[in-house]
Amino acid sequence: MNILYFALIRENIGKSSDDITLPDDVNNVKKLIEHLENKGENYKSAFAQSDLIRVAVNQEYVDLDHPIKNTDEVAIFPPMTGG
Amino acid sequence: MRVSVQSEDFNIANEIALLSENRTDLGAIASFTGLVRDIHGDKSIKSMTLEHFPGMAEQELEKIGHEAEKRWPIQGLTIIHRYGKLLPGDQIVLVIATSHHREAAFNAAQFIMDWLKTDAPFWKKEETDEGTHWVAAKSDDDDKKARWE
Repeated sequence: MNILYFALIRENIGKSSDDITLPDDVNNVKKLIEHLENKGENYKSAFAQSDLIRVAVNQEYVDLDHPIKNTDEVAIFPPMTGG
Repeated sequence: MRVSVQSEDFNIANEIALLSENRTDLGAIASFTGLVRDIHGDKSIKSMTLEHFPGMAEQELEKIGHEAEKRWPIQGLTIIHRYGKLLPGDQIVLVIATSHHREAAFNAAQFIMDWLKTDAPFWKKEETDEGTHWVAAKSDDDDKKARWE
């Protein structure tokens, strides 16, 4: 699964993407974030404030309970501040 | 509808001309331009860097534009949003809506700006004398979006 990070979350993790193989039990966005948090302190601190996390699956905004599969592209980023 | 996400600057007069040339039916053209300010609260801003999600940014701007077209009788629409490093005074965003009457053009332009603030995947980072920081999202912007629901 390809995972993209943007803005502050990208900086806190220290890279702009990850390519991982999804374990069978990681079947929604919330579980993916918990799975990534186990990869290191940088991930833990990037995702520490859950109210400041937004997620898009295949470029559509989704909630944390949205199902995911290995072929999806998941993007994780803070609330938007454009305009 | 013309949507562009670009690093280059835009020319407002040229963009208006693209929507209005060879037309005699338009009664109203409303345009909004967002600029980089040199001050944010008590901080002096040296520059601003805009990050975006390529592909999704264009797609979200198109969705917001289509939503405006559903709500008001708009004849033409242009949405341009820049990314990259910008300096105070630089143009960031342009929305132009044309219609037979002013109310639809005004409303559509304001609606698009209010939605774009919370829904388009762009992030601002400000560079000040004291260092750099990511701009925090404002709950006020959520309220402004909500008034159209």
